[in-house]
Amino acid sequence: MSAQFGLLFRSAPHGNANGQEALDLALVAGTFGQDVALFFLDDGVFQLMKDQHPEHIGRKNYSRTFAALEFYDINQIYVCQVSLNERGLHSADLCIEAEVLTSEQWQEKVADCQHILSF
Amino acid sequence: MTMANFTLVVTSPPFDNQGSESALSFADALLAKGHMLNGVFFYQAGVHHANGWQTPPNDEMNPFKRWSALASQYRFPLHVCITAANRRGLLEEDNEVVEGHNLLSPFLASGLGQLVELCEDCDRVVQF
Repeated sequence: MSAQFGLLFRSAPHGNANGQEALDLALVAGTFGQDVALFFLDDGVFQLMKDQHPEHIGRKNYSRTFAALEFYDINQIYVCQVSLNERGLHSADLCIEAEVLTSEQWQEKVADCQHILSF
Repeated sequence: MTMANFTLVVTSPPFDNQGSESALSFADALLAKGHMLNGVFFYQAGVHHANGWQTPPNDEMNPFKRWSALASQYRFPLHVCITAANRRGLLEEDNEVVEGHNLLSPFLASGLGQLVELCEDCDRVVQF
């Protein structure tokens, strides 16, 4: 299945606003009936970590909102296996179900997207 | 040559890094070549481009004025995500927070839905 929009999450959460503002865009695109795929790579895989408590550093815990993606018909959620491995993480560490992709699968999925925006 | 219809998304701040200048140069170049630009959408720190109060020294680039001039010459809209803008202290006309406003025309207070519509309507999206 090819997606109209591919959103790349490349930054760790809370140190900057990239993750929160990418997620806002995903929800709006979903509301507009767009076919959206989310890609988590590099430090962006930390966006999906379970049990985040950013309120201790004065940030909003938007990671809870990832669970709402399915209600916006956003089901294409992809995580880079290499990025997980490099950081010692496993799919069980993630707060939502996501498809873990090898480099080849990753390239195919990204190439399928009509438009890419990176955060 | 085949003409393409572009949407530009500017998430880079003005002044702080090269993204701002690159976006302007790219817009200049594609329009000079006869391509279409259906709009520019400013998001994240890119919303600061819409601050009409920006006052750089006279011998430095003024991104607000450059975008305003280009948009008026080629007649394309400059959309600003108002949620991202309000967070960063950019307020539109008739806002309920302060008297006065710094998000000035020709920049438009828009929503992310506008970005979705621009992207639907173009051949290529390029982000700076």
